[in-house]
Amino acid sequence: MALPQFQAAPQFEEYVNATDLSAAVAALADGQGTPVAGGTDLWVQKELPGAVAGDRLVNIKNVPELKGIAAADGRIRIGALVTMTEILGDGRLKDAAPILAIAADRFASVQIRNAATIGGNVANASPAADMMPPLLCADAAVELAREEGGAISTREVTLSEFFTGPGRSVRESNELVAAVIVPIQPGRYAGFCKSGPRPALEIARVSMAITGEAAGGKLTNPRIAFGAVAPTPIRCTQTEALIDGKPLDDELIARALETMDGEISPIADHRASEWYRRHLARTYLEQELRHVRDG
Amino acid sequence: MSAMVDVTFTLNGHTTSLAVAVHDSALTTLRDRLDHAGAKLACGEGECGACTIIVDDISVNACLMPAPDLDGRIVRTVEGLWEGDGLSKVQDAFVRHGAVQCGFCTPGMVMQATHLLEQQPEMSDAEVRRGLEGNTCRCTGYSKIVAAVMEVSRDAATKTAEAAE
Repeated sequence: MALPQFQAAPQFEEYVNATDLSAAVAALADGQGTPVAGGTDLWVQKELPGAVAGDRLVNIKNVPELKGIAAADGRIRIGALVTMTEILGDGRLKDAAPILAIAADRFASVQIRNAATIGGNVANASPAADMMPPLLCADAAVELAREEGGAISTREVTLSEFFTGPGRSVRESNELVAAVIVPIQPGRYAGFCKSGPRPALEIARVSMAITGEAAGGKLTNPRIAFGAVAPTPIRCTQTEALIDGKPLDDELIARALETMDGEISPIADHRASEWYRRHLARTYLEQELRHVRDG
Repeated sequence: MSAMVDVTFTLNGHTTSLAVAVHDSALTTLRDRLDHAGAKLACGEGECGACTIIVDDISVNACLMPAPDLDGRIVRTVEGLWEGDGLSKVQDAFVRHGAVQCGFCTPGMVMQATHLLEQQPEMSDAEVRRGLEGNTCRCTGYSKIVAAVMEVSRDAATKTAEAAE
């Protein structure tokens, strides 16, 4: 018996199984390729308008240049194919940017963490993507690769300049997210908060990451980033500047909450009202700043 | 019409070749093309875990795995758990603990439990519950499922202790 189709199927007219980076960028060169790795976003969204960039499906999962975590020049290069499970298990990354493992531990479920890649989480450009606030706090950059004159050409964009809107980024249709690069910054305070109806498998109503050098009730060189409170994942740079290296007394925390409230612009949707998102953002920031102050 | 692509992979120890549509998932391929209906289609978006299979020793949601990506992989489904003359330890524990009611989540639950125990044979109750977060059961209340997995985990701990003596 033929079962009814669960969803209307998209029509990929071509399939490329790229086995090296040259083949991957060549298959994307005309802007008609849709890259896929873990499939955890694309295979859910592929029927939605605009979710499929081109009618050539380009499987990048077998590209060795996109795999693995490697240290070089005081930075760590996380290949685009590195899964959340791999991030959780990498001791070097845990030292260099502890915020990443803390957040990866709250990412979906074991099965999704086993398949979902860091490159996909970046490229999908969801305002609620779980790993974006932590990566913004880790001063991450995105390595983009494309074919130019028959060779592979790469450029680096800081993550804070990468996103341009919900599902949109500066990545061109002929470019592939090849890696995410984070500087080695050991010993920084790392806090991550996320709200959803249950701990697992939740698209965040609000998520927040905060890092910095915590000592003597102060947070120096802080980073504060939010997910799901603006059209893109955002850093609250005014709030960061306000608290940088200053004693986190009640008055400064109150001013920090006001400043942050002016930097976010949450929407109301089926997950939460605007009021509730602002409430969560304030609650998380206050909780974390008090935690830093009180040690 | 979506393009077709030839894939060859190992399914429960047997080399399997067929042509799949590019837009298909591993789940529909297993169920509708290969008569392996153990993995279930429920939510279709990775939320429920009823379609959990083990690919290259890693548990994944088969509904989210592009069918063309099956090529070259080693795939295990609940049909492959049968060990020579009987149920696997996990399956046997599920039966004895009554960790099954309607049964729809069971194949996925058993596969995820198998993956967890392969990764870490000895687990705490909390670790089992966290590991099964991606598998939804609407009947049992989870207690008997966790009890079944914990029994297999305790057996592993006993064996480790005996080996140490």
